[in-house]
Amino acid sequence: MSTTAPTAPRPLAARTLPGRGGMPGLGRLVATELRLFTRDLGSVFFVVAFPTVLLVGMALAIPGMREPLQDAGPWTGLKAVDLMTPTMICVAIATAGLTSFPTYLAGYRERGVLRRLSTTPMAPQGVLVAQASVNLIWLLIGSVTAVAVAVLLLDVPLPRDWGLLLLTLPLAIGSVFGIGLILGGVLRKASAAGGIGMLIYFPLLFFAGLWTPVPAMPEALQTLSTWMPLGGASQAMTTAWFGVGDFPTEQFVSMGLWTVSTFTIAVKVFRWR
Amino acid sequence: MTTPTTATTATTSPTAQRHEDPVIRVQHLRKAYRDKVAVRDVSFEVGRGEIFGILGANGAGKSTTVEIVANLRTADGGRIEVLGVDPRRDPAHVKNRVGVQLQESTLQGQITPREALRLYAAFYPDPEDPEALLQLLGLEERADTAFDDLSGGQKQRLSIALALVGRPEIAILDELTTGLDPQARRDTWGLIERVRDSGVTIVLVTHFMDEAERLCDRLMVIDDGVVAALGTPAELTAAPDGRRTFRLALPPGHSPASLGLDALPEVTDITPAGAGWTFTGTDRVLPAVVVALDGQGVVPDEIQTRTRSLEDVFVELVTRTEEKI
Repeated sequence: MSTTAPTAPRPLAARTLPGRGGMPGLGRLVATELRLFTRDLGSVFFVVAFPTVLLVGMALAIPGMREPLQDAGPWTGLKAVDLMTPTMICVAIATAGLTSFPTYLAGYRERGVLRRLSTTPMAPQGVLVAQASVNLIWLLIGSVTAVAVAVLLLDVPLPRDWGLLLLTLPLAIGSVFGIGLILGGVLRKASAAGGIGMLIYFPLLFFAGLWTPVPAMPEALQTLSTWMPLGGASQAMTTAWFGVGDFPTEQFVSMGLWTVSTFTIAVKVFRWR
Repeated sequence: MTTPTTATTATTSPTAQRHEDPVIRVQHLRKAYRDKVAVRDVSFEVGRGEIFGILGANGAGKSTTVEIVANLRTADGGRIEVLGVDPRRDPAHVKNRVGVQLQESTLQGQITPREALRLYAAFYPDPEDPEALLQLLGLEERADTAFDDLSGGQKQRLSIALALVGRPEIAILDELTTGLDPQARRDTWGLIERVRDSGVTIVLVTHFMDEAERLCDRLMVIDDGVVAALGTPAELTAAPDGRRTFRLALPPGHSPASLGLDALPEVTDITPAGAGWTFTGTDRVLPAVVVALDGQGVVPDEIQTRTRSLEDVFVELVTRTEEKI
């Protein structure tokens, strides 16, 4: 260890070096969190494999899921399992954003990981970025897996409007991760964050059409769903997938409102220690 | 400042240069939480290259003081300077150059020592080699074990390694050996001395007197949010006004009064203690009593001299303030 030049401007130089702007070590932090996540087999299963398992299970176990629908208006000729496929992306988003993401954040605060990091040049916000990235990566893998299995094994059609789908995805993720961020930012224990996350998880998936596919919902329920987190997302994705209906303006307003409001609240209430 | 002989820092007397090159300077620090004042008025300086101890009972304000120095909490009042700057005004300056080991904070349960050290190394502009630190702290064999599966001593050593990985100029270590077995404590002390010898200034928060006495060049006792004492361990344990105390047991049939010991000018106080008496007096009280006994042909049954330990001083300081209340 160097003992010379106690007041040498080393850190100053480091701060102004172009290569070390922003958050030095953030890449390493994301890579490390990604690796740690793979050691948590429960989370890996639920975020990555659960949507696929759920879709295949329903397709095989529930009679008529793979029969073309009769007299279903614009949906005639599609199968029930087709209509469930966009919902599986919502399942992946909800699992990552409401169970894994807040549990990790609250757990890191509970264990003092955030406090420990705050003594280093890495801002504790880096952990948020890392955890969000990790969950994002895994939910995308989970979604792609579910869709690939649906298309290859269950003969589900590919999305018609990729542009609309890709436009929907970030807002859908934003509105759910905003809720996760509030839970993870406020609750002092990982177990509490996971538990309350689960309490929100199932109602949101109901509005996303996990029990009754969105097109089969009564109109009042459909309207309510539009304004719930993931409900609007599921509807917009269904429109993108099958090309049925107009541009989902209300759904986008809904997702935008949820994203902005939850992140605003999260920033205000987040506790670092 | 261009110090010509920084390499000799560790070997020269740290007290001699305490005002030449302070790396931490705290004046009239004050911090209150909602319902209680944690730090009332604390001032101290830490010189470069010394091991500075902060002692106090639980809740005395030790941790609050170092957490403010480490910029984890904001002070309500007072001036703080770390490496020449106010940590509030330039947090990056402090975080790059001060390593902190915190009480009660752990790592991700699945992270291994090697991963943790590589991760933390990535945060600093000029880090220590993680492999060298693993070796220095004897963690090589457990380098790929998950944090949750490490023993208490191994976790503690990793925590110290993380505080050092950024090549800090100051390392703040809070409750260094709490929860360690005696052997692990001794190993950790040796390690801290090696780290100091490499030029790092160390601030050690502890409530173990033996640890402070063994390791610290200078130390400060905080009691109820104020500095109760500040100095080298020798200064703190030196008897006030050169007073000395010893215990004496006499053969049956004799008493201090019967031998005229109470009349000796060197003796100021004699109190019965167990089977004998405790003598207090000037620095020459012991030879004076022994000569007087020898002159009368009396051989004492037992003589026990007593030096004050840091623990005695601590108890004295803390009870004195309690009596004031």
